[in-house]
Amino acid sequence: MTQVRKVAAENDAKSVTLIRLLVGGLSGVEPPLLARAFEIARAGTVAENAELEIEEGPVVVKCKECGASSAVPVNRLICQYCGEWRVSVTEGEELLLLSVEIET
Amino acid sequence: MCETCGCTITPANAHLVKADGKLEHTSDGKASIEVLTGLLHENDHQAGHNREHFHRHGVLAINLMSSPGSGKTALLEATIDAIGDELSIAVVEGDLETENDADRIRAHGVPAVQITTGQACHLDAHMVHDALHELDLDGIDILFIENVGNLVCPASFDLGHHINVTLLSVTEGDDKPAKYPVMFRAADLMLLTKSDLLDVLDDFDTAKAERHLRELANPADVLTLSARRPDSLAAWLDWLRRAVAEHRSGREMHPSVQPDGPALHTQG
Repeated sequence: MTQVRKVAAENDAKSVTLIRLLVGGLSGVEPPLLARAFEIARAGTVAENAELEIEEGPVVVKCKECGASSAVPVNRLICQYCGEWRVSVTEGEELLLLSVEIET
Repeated sequence: MCETCGCTITPANAHLVKADGKLEHTSDGKASIEVLTGLLHENDHQAGHNREHFHRHGVLAINLMSSPGSGKTALLEATIDAIGDELSIAVVEGDLETENDADRIRAHGVPAVQITTGQACHLDAHMVHDALHELDLDGIDILFIENVGNLVCPASFDLGHHINVTLLSVTEGDDKPAKYPVMFRAADLMLLTKSDLLDVLDDFDTAKAERHLRELANPADVLTLSARRPDSLAAWLDWLRRAVAEHRSGREMHPSVQPDGPALHTQG
């Protein structure tokens, strides 16, 4: 909310109408719980009536052996094509404030 | 987060901010403002300060994480007894309440600061920063930060430390890495503790625990030990000596989660 308030203030917003977040599967944040907490956090702020939109990002790994990228479950980060565990996570760790929509 | 410049733009989400990306559009005369900052930005910023602080004092900071009761404090006690003459150690303890763990550490002749988090289930960079003000780090080789016993939230907060060590006691079940993937993926070293109990447990397979760790794409070393068996600590103590030597050699150290971050950024 600190970041949202800052963006609102910098852009002379009367109110914030929409807050968009990107939450990856490995970020350690559960979107439904965050949404519930938001109901409390927004009270009495410039985002009092704002909607919260949470985009849930997939977990994607890129294989260091065969080079393929695959979407995987959070607790099985292995290449879906060749079964290799030496992979790098290319998506899934995001915990981002993507954008804020305001009324001026 | 990108380790190169602290931004959170990776090839995975770069399309969102490029021209014609979906964040370019506005709707109904309302202005849409792109932000793209990490929600943990404030913590990460403080963590950076902590890391600088450690750097100035030449201290290697190790974040110990595990469930409650897996033997973090017992491991520290045994480690201090085994290597305290050779390496100078200090400890930051995290618990919801009580000074008990810091008292236990001080009884071994090592400075310790207790953070009591109240209702909070993890340490964050600000709490650690406050604790550092109460510690004289001059001449200290290793600062252990014993996180709150919890396999969930501590994994999400950078404290400015250099290494994550995650403990899994053999009484807990060898599938813990599969159950708590965010935590175990963050481990730079996994310690299987209370190994003296392996003889009486028929349901903990150390090879399985390691396999579950690999399935998180984690290449971290796995060591099996018991704080009650000083002879079982040799590999852990060697690992600590190597880490201190590496740190002294001036190599920049950082928990290895998303080690590919900088590379991806420059490619992107």
